[in-house]
Amino acid sequence: MTTSDVTGERAAIESAVRRFITETFPLGDSGFELSGGDSLLEVGVIDSVGVLELIEHLESTYGFRIPDEDVLPENLDSIDAITQYVSQRLATAGEGSRDGR
Amino acid sequence: MTAADPPLDLSALRLDAEAAVAEIVAGLEDAILHRLRKRGAVVAVSGGVDSSVAAALCVRALGPERVLALLLPESESSGETADLSALLVEHLGVDAVTEDITPILEAAGCYRRRDEAIREVVPGYGAGWRSKIVLPSVLGGGRLPIFSVVVEPPEGEQIRARLTADAYRAVVAATSFKQRVRKMLEYYYADRLDRAVVGTPNRLEYDQGFFVKGGDGAADVKPIAHLYKTQVYQLAEHLGIPEEIRSRPPTTDTYSLPQTQEEFYFSVPYEVLDLCLYALNNGLPAASVAEASGLASDDVERVFQDIEAKRRATAGLHMSPLLVEPVPEIRHP
Repeated sequence: MTTSDVTGERAAIESAVRRFITETFPLGDSGFELSGGDSLLEVGVIDSVGVLELIEHLESTYGFRIPDEDVLPENLDSIDAITQYVSQRLATAGEGSRDGR
Repeated sequence: MTAADPPLDLSALRLDAEAAVAEIVAGLEDAILHRLRKRGAVVAVSGGVDSSVAAALCVRALGPERVLALLLPESESSGETADLSALLVEHLGVDAVTEDITPILEAAGCYRRRDEAIREVVPGYGAGWRSKIVLPSVLGGGRLPIFSVVVEPPEGEQIRARLTADAYRAVVAATSFKQRVRKMLEYYYADRLDRAVVGTPNRLEYDQGFFVKGGDGAADVKPIAHLYKTQVYQLAEHLGIPEEIRSRPPTTDTYSLPQTQEEFYFSVPYEVLDLCLYALNNGLPAASVAEASGLASDDVERVFQDIEAKRRATAGLHMSPLLVEPVPEIRHP
């Protein structure tokens, strides 16, 4: 995969994650703009149930299981973090399939 | 923490109990007899410290003959609930009515709907199994808060499974029948006797939205909603509430497995939450709580964030029905 392929895939993931979050969780104040680094819990976009909903969406969309030990703020609490986490998981799965694992 | 910051400990929450009781008694009398213009109070008692204190305050305000205690058990209530409620009734010398709400809950599908939802994540769940919902502690850091169900087969060890959002909502919606059926009966007796319904949330429950809208959240007056849990215990002692009730750990008594409020909702012990909420409300730094409680400052910050998150998530529970256009002729007194 080339660098531009990787960049394009990350952008696609980021866009899809942002769309899911903004379409699924009402943002309340109509003037609010969610930035990539905003903590989804701290700004009140999602709550404990929302975390479950997010996990289910990522698992069904990208085809991997998110274990409890991965349910960490650094993986799932912002659009940037989710994009990074999903990209890494997909890359790891890709390496596994190329290795014949 | 700076040198100017006062040290914080649970003594900061200590009340002048006599003065606090006098203030609440006067407030209850004014609310029930004058503002609501009712003849007395109906209080659903659970054998817990909050409803016991609320009932005792009503007795002080109105006299025992004007207070009706309702005991509303169902098939999954702990035996302790009935015993302690009976103890309170005897202690206060009030009239009491016991209504087993199990048939109403069965007719509404409370147990069936809940069990179906649990089977979404634990397919073998069925008759004779017990369950509860748990949330991990926010202390120690790391994990995002996600709900799990803990189930116990009739003969076997407990199993824990992560809930789906849909299953969680279905379980909570079904079990909320319990609080709503109880409130329905409280208002039946209030209407029947021309009395007010007294709600029993403490400050932690009220502030953090730990109640069911249209269930235990509904009431005509909530006399201890401004008191931290520690203060409720202090008043319980001052009012002479029996030791057996005061020493019972706070429980939801909603799920078939024993469940503390801490593991279902608050994530931390009430003493810690009291301190954190007090500090947050009074603009005190996390370090002051850390020193008093022995928690790491990071943990206190996490509790602060969790308090704010729960306030945001439950704001709608406190709202009266929203009107598209105001009706200026109708004003609350």
